[in-house]
Amino acid sequence: MSILEVKNITKSFGSTEVLKGISFTLEKGEVLAIIGSSGSGKTTLLRCMNYLEVPDGGSITVNGQPYFDSNEKRLSESEIRQRRLHFGLVFQSFNLFPQYTVLQNLVLAARLLQRSELKAELKEKKINKLVFREKRTKIMNDTEQNARALLERVGLSSKADFYPCQLSGGQQQRAAIARALSLTPDILCFDEPTSALDPELTGEVLNVIRSLKSGDTTMIVVTHEMEFARNVADRIIFMANGVIEESGTSEELFNNPKSELLKNFLGKANQFSK
Amino acid sequence: MSFTEVTLELLSGFAVTCQLFILTLIFAIPLGLLVSFGTMSKFSPVKYFFKVIVWIVRGVPLMLQIFIVFYVPGFFGITFLDRFPSALVAFVINYACYFSEIYRAGIEAVPHGQTEAGLVLGMTRRQIFTHVTLQQVIKRIIPPMGNEIITLVKDTALARVISVIEITKKAEFFADKAIIWPLFYTAVFYLVFVGVLTLLFGYLEKKQSYYKI
Ligand SMILES: Nc1ncnc2c1ncn2[C@@H]1O[C@H](COP(=O)(O)OP(=O)(O)OP(=O)(O)O)[C@@H](O)[C@H]1O
Ligand SMILES: [Mg+2]
Repeated sequence: MSILEVKNITKSFGSTEVLKGISFTLEKGEVLAIIGSSGSGKTTLLRCMNYLEVPDGGSITVNGQPYFDSNEKRLSESEIRQRRLHFGLVFQSFNLFPQYTVLQNLVLAARLLQRSELKAELKEKKINKLVFREKRTKIMNDTEQNARALLERVGLSSKADFYPCQLSGGQQQRAAIARALSLTPDILCFDEPTSALDPELTGEVLNVIRSLKSGDTTMIVVTHEMEFARNVADRIIFMANGVIEESGTSEELFNNPKSELLKNFLGKANQFSK
Repeated sequence: MSFTEVTLELLSGFAVTCQLFILTLIFAIPLGLLVSFGTMSKFSPVKYFFKVIVWIVRGVPLMLQIFIVFYVPGFFGITFLDRFPSALVAFVINYACYFSEIYRAGIEAVPHGQTEAGLVLGMTRRQIFTHVTLQQVIKRIIPPMGNEIITLVKDTALARVISVIEITKKAEFFADKAIIWPLFYTAVFYLVFVGVLTLLFGYLEKKQSYYKI
């Protein structure tokens, strides 16, 4: 069973049709790169998968479970919140919380989530005050340990107590990646993770993403870094004007592009990198 | 009249000034937040209702508003609020509206990406407000709130138009008896008060300066 099945997703803003029926599947541990020119709907697609936008039509299935279905009744906020935990999202502009240290950025959401579950248990009298306190301490310790392990993975152990404004762009983005992993999403999405970075800093971020791949993380990466897409992605989707114009392995797309649009796009990208 | 006697008299007026100042803040700071939520409401009747209120309150002289609160209920046969409570009500409404605009600017200045980051991490809207947005709003509004609060110190003198006997009114009593200098002496009280507030806000600003937004 595929970890992700996207079927015929459509989305319009006013009279602009941005996604005109997007379908694809993703297997566990696979890395999917999405390429395409500006305005083709890549960001919108990622936002739909994270419930930051609600598609007009189509369905999304995660692990065989319904995630989004346009025929389903509107979900409540808390149902959406539950479901979107299947996905993580790394933004182009990092969006770290500036008032917190890197470590605090990583533990915040996990603690809030686990503590509110614990509070619910206390309220329903499933546990008593004493157990509650013990478990709360355990949450504090576990989340910190988990966060430190994640920082180790992205090579930021020494920056745990730094504030975002004290980090370089590349370090901020690596921290944001670690934060996105803190709730162990099934699928991690990246929206042009290196576009806001100076060229000399893109490498460190791409290397982190590459290392996640060997750790078996399922990922969807929207990127303009053609070399990266070619080397790291198991599969590539080329989007144009709200449709998947072409998809396949990197071999197929880069060495043997079929559609004129893709040939054009790759030609321009090549020119640009030279 | 000796200097000490005058000082004591003025101090008793200054106590009223301070009361009016503190009570206004206690009520106007939270009320302003409610008003700002009103002006940012997605439900447009609510939004425009609050926007019109803010427009009126900011557009009419505070002195006139004090008169209105004090005299207008009487026209309708409702018992007068006393002088001090009338002044307080006028100040609270007026300052809540000014504060609401500061809050609104502060809240809207927080990049939407912060909220989205919270949402994607499974946080509730309320959690995002209290744990992510609020502190950034506070950092942004400390300087303009400092300005507004310092203006309030001096605006309290307007309460004398309905004979609330605050420090300036006290000094006017002396002036009526052809002793003018206490009127100028009141400046010292205001200056000291504003000086303390300036230090306080400088401290608050510094406390939030450990991070950049
Ligand atoms: N909230 C919105 N309201 C209206 N139009 C929008 C909105 N978001 C996106 N669009 C439009 O949808 C189209 C696709 O935008 P999208 O951001 O998904 O493209 P993209 O492929 O990510 O482009 P880029 O490579 O520049 O990031 C654009 O024409 C954009 O103007
Ligand atoms: Mg985009």
